[in-house]
Amino acid sequence: MTKYVGQRVKRTEDPRLIKGLAHYVDDIGLPGTLHVAFVRSMYAHAKINGIDTTEAFKAPGVVAVYSGKDIATKVGPVPCAAALPDLKVPDYRVLATNKALFVGHPIAAIVATDKYAARDAVDLIFVDYEELPAVVDVEAAANGGTIIHESFGDNVAYKLTSGEGDIDAAMKAADKIVSQKMVHQRLAPIAMEPRGVLARYFPGEEELTVWSSTQIPHLLRTQLALMIGIPENKLRVITPEVGGGFGSKLNVYAEEALLGWISIQLGKPVKWIESRRENVQATIHGRAQVGTVEVGVKNDGAITGLRYNVVADLGAYHQLLTPAIPTLTGLMLSGAYKIPAIQMNVTGVFTNKMSTDAYRGAGRPEATYVVERVMDVIARELNLDPIEVRRKNFPKADEFPFHTATGLDYDSGDYDGALNKALDLSGYQSLREEQKKARDNGKLIGIGVSSYVEICALGPSQAMPAGGWESATVRIEPTGKVTVLTGASPHGQGQETSFAQIAADELGVDLNDVTVIHGDTGIVQYGIGTFGSRATAVGGTAVLIAIQKLKEKASKIAAHMMQCEASSLSFEDGCYTKKEAAAASVTGKSEPVVPVGEGPAGALNDVPTPTNGRHKLTIQEIALAAHVAKEIPPDTEPGLSATYFFEPKNFTFPFGTHVCVVEIDKETGETKIVKYVAVDDCGKVINPLLVDGQVHGGIVQAIGQALYEEVVYDEQGQLVTGELMDYALPKASQMPWFETDRTETPSPVNPLGVKGVGEAGTIGATPAVVNAVVDALSAYGVTHIDMPIRPEKIWKLIR
Amino acid sequence: MKQAISINVNGADHAGEVEPRLLLVHYLRDVLGLTGTHIGCETSICGACTILLDGQAVKSCTMFAVQADGSNITTIEGLATNGNLHPMQEGFWECHGLQCGYCTPGMIIAATQIVDRNPNPSRDEIRHGLEGNLCRCTGYQHIVEAVEYAAAKKSGV
Ligand code: FES
Ligand code: FES
Repeated sequence: MTKYVGQRVKRTEDPRLIKGLAHYVDDIGLPGTLHVAFVRSMYAHAKINGIDTTEAFKAPGVVAVYSGKDIATKVGPVPCAAALPDLKVPDYRVLATNKALFVGHPIAAIVATDKYAARDAVDLIFVDYEELPAVVDVEAAANGGTIIHESFGDNVAYKLTSGEGDIDAAMKAADKIVSQKMVHQRLAPIAMEPRGVLARYFPGEEELTVWSSTQIPHLLRTQLALMIGIPENKLRVITPEVGGGFGSKLNVYAEEALLGWISIQLGKPVKWIESRRENVQATIHGRAQVGTVEVGVKNDGAITGLRYNVVADLGAYHQLLTPAIPTLTGLMLSGAYKIPAIQMNVTGVFTNKMSTDAYRGAGRPEATYVVERVMDVIARELNLDPIEVRRKNFPKADEFPFHTATGLDYDSGDYDGALNKALDLSGYQSLREEQKKARDNGKLIGIGVSSYVEICALGPSQAMPAGGWESATVRIEPTGKVTVLTGASPHGQGQETSFAQIAADELGVDLNDVTVIHGDTGIVQYGIGTFGSRATAVGGTAVLIAIQKLKEKASKIAAHMMQCEASSLSFEDGCYTKKEAAAASVTGKSEPVVPVGEGPAGALNDVPTPTNGRHKLTIQEIALAAHVAKEIPPDTEPGLSATYFFEPKNFTFPFGTHVCVVEIDKETGETKIVKYVAVDDCGKVINPLLVDGQVHGGIVQAIGQALYEEVVYDEQGQLVTGELMDYALPKASQMPWFETDRTETPSPVNPLGVKGVGEAGTIGATPAVVNAVVDALSAYGVTHIDMPIRPEKIWKLIR
Repeated sequence: MKQAISINVNGADHAGEVEPRLLLVHYLRDVLGLTGTHIGCETSICGACTILLDGQAVKSCTMFAVQADGSNITTIEGLATNGNLHPMQEGFWECHGLQCGYCTPGMIIAATQIVDRNPNPSRDEIRHGLEGNLCRCTGYQHIVEAVEYAAAKKSGV
């Protein structure tokens, strides 16, 4: 019975947000709070010969100044959780000690009584830099030159080969080898709320509370406890409202540990709110791969094998998952296709830049881009229709679970179904005709298609560095209100609503009687967090199963109270009913149900006792009885709550097809998206409104990558795009109207049948846009253009 | 040297002395405790800090508090009247015009001005009106629908 699941339920978290009454980290004020500002390296690569803090110390309001030497041995290094064979892991201290390795590398921390004073004092710290040659070009860095971490002997952090099948034989069996070099430019996640930390140490209790804008409160707590050296059970991490993350807050940052440590030193609350400039400099970046794909194809378009040789720009250090991201690319290189042999050879390389790490899609957009871009290149070389090449290589709907040569088992899918729907919805055939006419009239119109598969619901613990399960506790309080504690950590995705939908349906209660709590390690059982489109598939399932456990207990209590067997009870609309009584009520002999929560204020309802001969009890009445514990079965624990940790057996694999139509202005080279159709299949949908929102937002980030965004470091490693004035985020006026639709192939991996949708747009849309642009320019002999496809690039090409 | 200012914010008069370099957004957030106005860039690009100053949408991150002396300001906290949501707030809720909510106060304020100036804006006009406000979550489409909702509601459609 679903009253809420599947409906466009508007979000329960919205009222506080639209009234301006929500609390992000910077909105939390504690009396006596001190403010922290950082001195950051202005060079990409420099020796630090000395730091003079005398002037800063004397400045008004300054309370303390710390530099790398002060704390080198006191705070542990920034952790990397990725485990790869022979991975070189540099010692990443929270403040630079001898060398600064990227622009924005923190060198000293200033603590002052207000934030203006702290920022003023930054200019009073004199760092004696000795500039070194910067390592910027990732391909050159892979082959020698200046070494960033001297003790390693070169700049290569690791080399890894992955994939299954005999790739050499596959290439030999091909009629043709198609190859294409592609650049996946470096991107900045730019959550609209920058990072921020507030730390407060209670010297009496010896407890530290850290408020941080993070996606992973529990994992952060574990890591901070290790870094700072405080027992994990004396450390509480609270994630208040989080203004977006997109992977950038799926990390453990130097500043988080430093603030905690400083608060302990000073016994005072300390706060640091990242400026946007710091955010672009020192919050992780994404993508940054340069690779060449080679595909063996038969003349009819059938793919025999795929090889991808790629150099990944890791930046100067490993953040939490830095080296692991390109391995996700390797996993998804089969795309939506049957490819008998696949091989990825990745070289992870250090450069004098901020670390790359998980940015929405995290390695999968690169794979999808490679595969979907090269499908068009293949079609062009073989003179085939790009749609036909895709269809030729799709696994059929009855071939699932489908094993790929990257070692995955795709759970369920109907790729042809989604493609057909997208083609219908976009009117693909007539679009092609219109395109022809427009071309005859001298207009540059292009149509691009992308059929993607992504890997979601991360994931089985076997495949995850710190566990891939998720947790939930569900309680029914004595007054009948339902509390759900989730280990997931939503930061805009809306799980306060979608989890409440699941709970309200399962318990037969009103949505407004359910509260979903997350993001406080002092309240919520250990959890993994929100990333990798996992929260609903893994965390939502934990909620569902916790409720099922809770209901098992409730039905035992109900049976005891109604003096019958649990098996003779039915549960509907939040009530346990004796089956014979239910039958009787059809004949008109029903009995009144006592509504819960309608007693006089301050009074609890009467607890029904077995002796009053009731045949129907609400789950709230049972909750009350369970709490007062006078009339529960002898072998039953009092209270009514259940906790469940859900371990998924596999990932889930959402898929879809996007169609993009662009028009290019010949005079300016500007690309305008004139039509955009997205058909996505994310399995069962809990809340279509939220799914649409995720799809729209994802597509816009993908368009951002295709057309506008790029983190640019110049030859000296200076960050050229250091503010939103230079880093071009997509604006409302540049975006088209999205036509979205869905197919629904439930996932067998979890009982909800959901797959996840957080990253689908970002993964599916980038190649659709680029394919459309290349298609528009085909008359000029263009077969590929690297992103971002800004007007000047096109303008130069068609001159 | 501190300077005396008096500003009316959301209908309440506030007088006090502030440093001349204190940004208006910091005055609102740190001095008055109105933390609904957010900071996303400090360079006049993102619009998270948008407020109404004497009825005009302005970015409070690039203005000093002393420049607002004598003015009337409305922030997101002052938009609802007698506990009833402003139609624009309602529109954002109805149409799922927000995800993380960080851009939302500025978006809502900027959007009220679009509809004040043009009671029946086209989708293009809405999008152009929102050029100074960035949202990284929603992809803007639901925001455009939210503004349409509010415009329709205001003109009684
Ligand atoms: S903070 Fe004012 S425009 Fe971004
Ligand atoms: S809702 Fe997150 S930035 Fe707009």
